[in-house]
Amino acid sequence: MPPRSVTYLLGFMTAVCVVCSLMVSTAAVLLKDRQDANALLDKQRNVLVAMGALKSGEWASRQKIESLFAQVRPVIVDLRTGEETREIDPATFDPFKAARRVETSRPAPENLARVMRVPNHALVYKVFKGDRLDMLVLPVEGKGLWSTLYGFLALDHDLTTIHGLTFYKHGETPGLGGEVDNPLWKSLWPGRKAFDETGAVRIQVIKGKAGPPESDPYHVDGLSGATQTHNGVTHLLAFWLGPDGFGPYLAKLRHSAPAQPGGASRD
Amino acid sequence: MNKAQRKILLDPLFTNNPIALQTLGICSALAVTTKLETALVMSAALTAVTGFSSLFVSLVRKWTPANVRIIVQLSIIASLVIVADQILKAYLFSTSKQLSVFVGLIITNCIVMGRAEGFAMKNPPGLSFLDGIGNGLGYSLILVYCAVFRELWGSGKLLGWPVFTPNTQGGWFTPNGLMLLSPAAFFLIALFIWGLRAVRPEQREEE
Repeated sequence: MPPRSVTYLLGFMTAVCVVCSLMVSTAAVLLKDRQDANALLDKQRNVLVAMGALKSGEWASRQKIESLFAQVRPVIVDLRTGEETREIDPATFDPFKAARRVETSRPAPENLARVMRVPNHALVYKVFKGDRLDMLVLPVEGKGLWSTLYGFLALDHDLTTIHGLTFYKHGETPGLGGEVDNPLWKSLWPGRKAFDETGAVRIQVIKGKAGPPESDPYHVDGLSGATQTHNGVTHLLAFWLGPDGFGPYLAKLRHSAPAQPGGASRD
Repeated sequence: MNKAQRKILLDPLFTNNPIALQTLGICSALAVTTKLETALVMSAALTAVTGFSSLFVSLVRKWTPANVRIIVQLSIIASLVIVADQILKAYLFSTSKQLSVFVGLIITNCIVMGRAEGFAMKNPPGLSFLDGIGNGLGYSLILVYCAVFRELWGSGKLLGWPVFTPNTQGGWFTPNGLMLLSPAAFFLIALFIWGLRAVRPEQREEE
């Protein structure tokens, strides 16, 4: 082909770019609603898995997820004061952005979970049975061996007993640290106590085997070959349940709605 | 479909496989084959992108100035990859989350550019489309082959359904952790190439 003029070249490239960008933007605009709905369903799914209402990897229709989620109320908590706030809409709140931006977060004090920044606000999920708080689902994150583990911790209505722990995103070694999402290991968590009577965080993943929750409430079996990852789990729980995480919020919540043993009468 | 067309479509499967013979596109063959599901979705995405990029590159080949042809090819490929990624996010959300960056990295997959530059620039649109689809299928063949063995031996499952119960859940099967790491795909691809060249000695390289 003989060399073309510069004008032709510019014209041709402009045409290619316009056609390509039309294609891309059409796809993006047409599919946006569906994608947003998917992202929301995915988030709700993870919360439901932590609550034990769904198994991880279990297929569930949109209707099922939405109906299960009907009893869940997303709430924004100010981590500095431990108060719930209505100033921010939970539907549009992006916890990852909030933790990254300087205006909406602060540097974390030195911690073993290697959390770098603590957001001022966090999105938690209150699960109601009737009009009584049945469960509280808290987002947790921290470093394992290779990656940051992102998960949810579900606490029973006494705010001490663990109802479930799940990690929805991590990049740990498959078969070793990656076993944090093994259903069998996750099934060891329900019934353990996160705090002792004095309110100190006690839950810990230990090397080797722990006893049943009744006699050994503060320990969970370690994952063999994954000491770094399971230490990471211990540290991230300690951080997020502690004074720099949800500690103040949990204290206020306990104070305002005293823990009722199961079956106790309501006031 | 005549003989020449069929040859263009089916040759990339065994006679001129992009991974086994041309050694293109190995990177993603390592990354997305720990599960059959991701491998299938990735295969479909790559096949569609290769087919349509070859089609479009071939359509404009007579008007494309030679000195900007690579940029033109890249613009077309990149746009198609973005569209493919958007469609996956809308219709196969959980799989697209697992594939993460690898759908976007189809842009850099050597097969797509290789077919655009090597075939579509010289051939009419229909044939180029077939060539793109054929090479996508050749890539898919290796991906599915790797993924079947890696998922079965690495986690005892196929498409997420338990086939062997692993010993961590009370079964007899000890998952082979190596299968879940990238080198396993190298071993499997090497075995495939070995088998292929044993049957077809003409593919062996000169000493």
